[in-house]
Amino acid sequence: MYQWRMIRSATAILSFFSKASIAYTFVETEASMAAASFGVSSAAVQAVKSSASPLPSLPVIRSEARPISGRINRSRNAGKIATHAVAAQTENPASAASKPGHEVLLFEALREGLEEEMERDPRVCIFGEDVGHYGGSYKVSKGLADKYGDLRVLDTPIAENSFTGMAVGAAMTGLRPVVEGMNMGFLLLAFNQISDNCGMLHYTSGGQFTIPTVIRGPGGVGRQLGAEHSQRLESYFQSIPGIQMVACSTPYNAKGLMKAAIRSENPVVLFEHVLLYNLKERIPDEEYVVSLEEAEMVRPGEHVTILTYSRMRYHVMQAAKTLVNKGYDPEVIDIRSLKPFDLYTIGNSIKKTHKVLIVEECMRTGGIGASLTAAINENFNDYLDAPIVCLSSQDVPTPYAGTLEEVTVVQPSQIVTAVEQLCR
Amino acid sequence: MALTRRSLHLHLIRPIFSARLLTTASTSPISIETSLPFTAHNIDPPSRSVQTSPHELLSFFRDMVLMRRMEIASDSLYKAKLIRGFCHLYDGQEAVAIGMEAAITRKDCIITAYRDHCLYLGRGGTLVEAFAELMGRNGGCSKGKGGSMHFYKKDAGFYGGHGIVGAQIPLGCGLAFAQKYSKDDSVSFMMYGDGAANQGQLFEALNMAALWDLPAILVCENNHYGMGTAEWRAAKSPAYFKRGDYVPGLKVDGMDALAVKQACKFAKEHALKNGPIILEMDTYRYHGHSMSDPGSTYRTRDEISGIRQERDPVERVRKLILAHDLATEKEMKDTEKEVRKEVDEAIAKAKEMPSPDPSELFTNVYVKGLGVEAFGADRKELRAVLP
Repeated sequence: MYQWRMIRSATAILSFFSKASIAYTFVETEASMAAASFGVSSAAVQAVKSSASPLPSLPVIRSEARPISGRINRSRNAGKIATHAVAAQTENPASAASKPGHEVLLFEALREGLEEEMERDPRVCIFGEDVGHYGGSYKVSKGLADKYGDLRVLDTPIAENSFTGMAVGAAMTGLRPVVEGMNMGFLLLAFNQISDNCGMLHYTSGGQFTIPTVIRGPGGVGRQLGAEHSQRLESYFQSIPGIQMVACSTPYNAKGLMKAAIRSENPVVLFEHVLLYNLKERIPDEEYVVSLEEAEMVRPGEHVTILTYSRMRYHVMQAAKTLVNKGYDPEVIDIRSLKPFDLYTIGNSIKKTHKVLIVEECMRTGGIGASLTAAINENFNDYLDAPIVCLSSQDVPTPYAGTLEEVTVVQPSQIVTAVEQLCR
Repeated sequence: MALTRRSLHLHLIRPIFSARLLTTASTSPISIETSLPFTAHNIDPPSRSVQTSPHELLSFFRDMVLMRRMEIASDSLYKAKLIRGFCHLYDGQEAVAIGMEAAITRKDCIITAYRDHCLYLGRGGTLVEAFAELMGRNGGCSKGKGGSMHFYKKDAGFYGGHGIVGAQIPLGCGLAFAQKYSKDDSVSFMMYGDGAANQGQLFEALNMAALWDLPAILVCENNHYGMGTAEWRAAKSPAYFKRGDYVPGLKVDGMDALAVKQACKFAKEHALKNGPIILEMDTYRYHGHSMSDPGSTYRTRDEISGIRQERDPVERVRKLILAHDLATEKEMKDTEKEVRKEVDEAIAKAKEMPSPDPSELFTNVYVKGLGVEAFGADRKELRAVLP
């Protein structure tokens, strides 16, 4: 069982942050004036620019107690790391009582993450359709425009290619835009900007420009939204060099990943899911950031490694209940980081169980599962007792009819069958 | 001008003639009329008389000769297979780069498409870095990893250097947005061609720039040919300065450096107060679209030589200098010889630079600090931990 060890000086850290935020109070006052106030003064932006990266590093919560290896960022102090039992699976009601936290829905968690980062760094701004006055089509940016003004939370016209390009241009000068695609599928129109400019500018300029954008939005198959609004863009973006891709699945990792993505100097694409916005969970009160390149151990086990992400995590957990009743012990890992894969966590799991099942919502051809299968086969072939089984959505446009739509995605019963066959 | 001054200091053999010429030239203002009036759309055009000085005219001459020489030298290097891939040359259009630089500061941003060699020089890039980048050496401005179409100079506000037609326009909007966000009284010039003027991104960007009053100046370098297609065959309305509709526009003779300077100065004042403006520079390129295009299948040689005789930007400045007695014929010829030598030396220096180290393949994919692994074509062999 994993223990939740609290950071000793939680209050000390909080007071440290309040000291740091004094430098920004004039920005806050300026920004909280009515819509007439635009942007932030160049002095504030310069102040942040000159202080560069030494904004204090936060406790980074890891999903398992793992010593920081030399290859990972050395600046994270060992003393500040807290280990933590995974999300809201209330395995340890006793440990949850030490610091209760607060209950949020996933979209509120995203909003908290956004708000904390906007508060902390005046260069963070939001671009998107209906993010400002409307509050965001999924309420992720509700209230932020009133607080920070119309320039920091910018309502764009319906021009995905151009406003994504605009975000990249702004990022080239040092701003940190968060671009919201109302639905991930619309970002296909911005593919050129994401691939060529977001992903490649750091390389083609020989390191002169960094593009610290976050591109986020809901994707995936919803409830009868139709083919064009049910797309899984992670399969298209995965081979763009230079970007990172993460997928959130719980309010806890949503907030943590949002914060980490905004702080990252690389362009990050954060995949949310339309059906997960109303998930409720208790998350900590204090600030935390989740590692962008790490997978999450949802349920440790011995018999089979099930790799999944986003919405399929819940189908897998549902199947896991059935499997446990039938006597199997699946190890469920939410890979979270879609690019790059956390082959460390995945590899350790495979070395233990020797069987892999991948459950994803991408289509069979060219999806995340296909790449993950290739990566595992190349790296851990010796440890596998059976070929990798990959359950993906069907290679069809998502139909409107409910019964047909159900069949396009992987259902828990199919997962149970697959595990049974794998573990025969 | 900063370009000339810098190149003067960077060479071992001190150029004699142009140094003396420039240091002794006065900065007292002269007023010169542009050759053609400005045509305006939804705005009052600026006056035709431009304030300039002998020093400025002489530096215009030297810088344009330098740019012209660099492009011709690149032509020969390409034919000698030292430059590979795509090479888009700017000779004939130098007046746009020079006039723009004269009107703005380094805090203002310029972003352009792939015809970027001369704009890079204008923003303070050195010849050696330019040639090294073209030849793919590690001393290039992008460490040899960008190539002809990806010249950047962040500290001088030059944002490149983009290969996809029209994609730089929304980026430019972003630069203007950031300038408005930090309220630092600077403007962004987004340059595109007559071919790119038919892209949807342009109109999206115009809408956004006008909506939020961004300090954006859209400059259409109309050289009348979009690759191999003449403008009348690609566009229903070739009046590119009018395409903004609600955004005012100005048509400028792009072969006249002084007219360009006047227009850019005017545009900067306008953009800081009232939002975006379009400048259409009526210019011409002598080479084809790129080195793989001979440039004569879609236009006649007579047309090219006609423009060279009547409207060449370097000749125009030369005539102005002679007319105002600012230098003698001999002095200008000596300047040209010096510039030629400078360019040759830069090429020689760039040729000596090595190719980038193989480890450079994996640097700058991600920003430092990410412990990811990258794989080569053979996932087992070329594995490297990205720095």
